[in-house]
Amino acid sequence: MSARSKRGSALEAVLVHALLLVAVVYALYPVLWVVTLALSKAGGIEPRVIPVPHGADEITLDNFRLVTGAGDPERSWLFARQLVNSLVVSFATAATAVAIATPAAYALARFEFVGKRSGLRGMLLTQMFPGVASAVPLYLILDALHLLDTRSGLVLVYAATAVPFAVFQLRGAFLAIPVDLEEAAMVDGATRTQAFLKVALPAARPAIAVTALFAFMSAWNEFILAATLLGRESAFTLPVVLQSYVGEYSTQWGAFAAGAILVSVPVMVLFYVAQRQLLSGLTAGGVKG
Amino acid sequence: MSEAIHAASRTATNDGTSASVESSDTSLPEVPRAMRCAARGIKKAFGATPILRGVDLEIPEGTFAVLVGPSGCGKSTLLRLVAGLEEADEGAITLADRDVTHLPPRDRDVAMVFQSYALYPHLTVRDNLAFGLKLRGTSTAEIDERIEEASAMLGLAKLLDRLPKQLSGGQRQRVAMGRAIVRRPTIFLFDEPLSNLDAALRAEVRVEIRRLHDRLGATTLYVTHDQVEAMTLADSLWVLNGGLVEQKGPPLEIYERPRTKFVATFLGSPQMNLLSGRLVKEGGLVFAEGGGVRSRVDDERFRSELDDGREVTIGVRPHDMFLAKGDAPKIAELKVEIVEALGSEAFAHGWLTSSGPTVIARLDAADARTVKPGSVIPLGAAPTSIHLFDAATDRALA
Ligand SMILES: Nc1ncnc2c1ncn2[C@@H]1O[C@H](COP(=O)(O)OP(=O)(O)OP(=O)(O)O)[C@@H](O)[C@H]1O
Ligand SMILES: [Mg+2]
Repeated sequence: MSARSKRGSALEAVLVHALLLVAVVYALYPVLWVVTLALSKAGGIEPRVIPVPHGADEITLDNFRLVTGAGDPERSWLFARQLVNSLVVSFATAATAVAIATPAAYALARFEFVGKRSGLRGMLLTQMFPGVASAVPLYLILDALHLLDTRSGLVLVYAATAVPFAVFQLRGAFLAIPVDLEEAAMVDGATRTQAFLKVALPAARPAIAVTALFAFMSAWNEFILAATLLGRESAFTLPVVLQSYVGEYSTQWGAFAAGAILVSVPVMVLFYVAQRQLLSGLTAGGVKG
Repeated sequence: MSEAIHAASRTATNDGTSASVESSDTSLPEVPRAMRCAARGIKKAFGATPILRGVDLEIPEGTFAVLVGPSGCGKSTLLRLVAGLEEADEGAITLADRDVTHLPPRDRDVAMVFQSYALYPHLTVRDNLAFGLKLRGTSTAEIDERIEEASAMLGLAKLLDRLPKQLSGGQRQRVAMGRAIVRRPTIFLFDEPLSNLDAALRAEVRVEIRRLHDRLGATTLYVTHDQVEAMTLADSLWVLNGGLVEQKGPPLEIYERPRTKFVATFLGSPQMNLLSGRLVKEGGLVFAEGGGVRSRVDDERFRSELDDGREVTIGVRPHDMFLAKGDAPKIAELKVEIVEALGSEAFAHGWLTSSGPTVIARLDAADARTVKPGSVIPLGAAPTSIHLFDAATDRALA
């Protein structure tokens, strides 16, 4: 390699890293604010350009104690319950959505049957209305079913919007898998079902992981329906809890920030654990190996 | 390309002769071989479009049958019908004397190599090979043995623990063949297995496929639209056109005696030259005349149909023409437009008459140096190499 191209690539590396640095600062600046707020004393800190605490005496975990109710068994038990509510509802939503959508999407991708097109169009239609629009009817339905203030009621509502979305996403994933693979399996001795279970399903696994994660996150972050359908504090999910720190007249920014961090942690863990699946899932269909 | 097919057909000749001599030496009275695959009266339409319009196919035990034809003529469809991936509208398919017409693919005991290879992306090479055997409940010991055998045969031993995406195109192709071989099926089905390889690799794998076939004695149905593959691989060649089998037989026989104008132009590269003309009888001899050609016709070959004045299409392969030197009889004069020199041979493109079609003639490399664009050269051709087709039906005179 010539000296000139070496120098060229060094310059290129510097430029790329400078650009990345800017991007990192841009992305992390608000996060830095949240972290600083969460660690600051009651009353918060005055606005500053670089939002880092000035000295150790500005740092405190009071906000986290307040949110989790540390030292107060009754409050901390409540917070634990609310955390469990969020986890259960989100996992159940993701599991339900994937369990229902996967076979449905496969059928829609591979078979011709009466009502296929209108079914697809109908599902698209459900995606056009925001959840809020149906909040009142949903409330009435859940009331009639005695499912208000329950996790299962919320899962039912969330799954109802998550399933059509998951069907579309997974149908795309199955369409991207060459039919050849399943045909090869059937010539090799598989039944149609075996071809689905042993070939199509594993090939679609990254896409299924992404879909599950999206369903999980939509449930994890959902606020409006949860706030409408849940009245009892012990039934709250975390977004509803968080909202309670934003008062009508004053806002406990420190507690809100601490709560926001606690709510983000599970999602970050999930992303970290699933990142390999996600990467291949998000790029699936682009370049096939 | 043109050279390839010619060279290929030459080697095929040699092989063919030596093989037949050998077999006639060693084999006792010819026993008719069992049919491994037979299709009768197969019809298939997609929607209102008929694709196959009554196809019969017969593949004796151990035969390498090649199905060839232009794109979209239904080759893959026929192969998929044999595999059970499509169902015929009419007709019956038997494999090893078993009527499989209505059986699903898994009960037909066939193995197929797809054009895309269709390797299971989430499984290692070993598991790809084992997939079909496991489904059939083959014992682990037997599976290992067969995988070892096949991977030795195909040079896959070092690749067994890789995933398909970690393989090159050629390696994937071999895994796909391995997956078929371990199955030990009634019949091997190949759908254009070489079309995703580059030219050099294609030539290499082509030979390897034939070698494997000879070694395994495997009955094979192979689909291609590549005439070099068709000529070099086939024991029996089936030319499909317009949903019907247009001609079948040993490849050289078809090359030398095409029964229709379509077959004549489909096999051979550059294509056979075609000129419209008529038959003329003069002093007991028959001449084909027209489009700038006047050539004696081998009346031994065309016994009955050489009526005086009959309208015909005259066909001469570029390779059957030569520069007529000295007082060698010439059949035409070519006004040369361009000369393509390939090193070992050359092709002169030009016209016989001012209004006629482009005609291509093969020249020896040495002659090609002296032939310049714009010049007029005399062409010769043996009367035995002149093909005649009925002008109305396009069928060869016989
Ligand atoms: N599932 C299908 N539905 C509708 N039409 C089809 C289907 N499969 C094949 N065809 C049509 O049938 C015709 C024959 O297809 P086929 O794949 O058998 O051709 P082919 O001879 O293999 O061609 P190629 O050399 O290009 O592979 C084509 O015109 C194709 O468009
Ligand atoms: Mg095809």
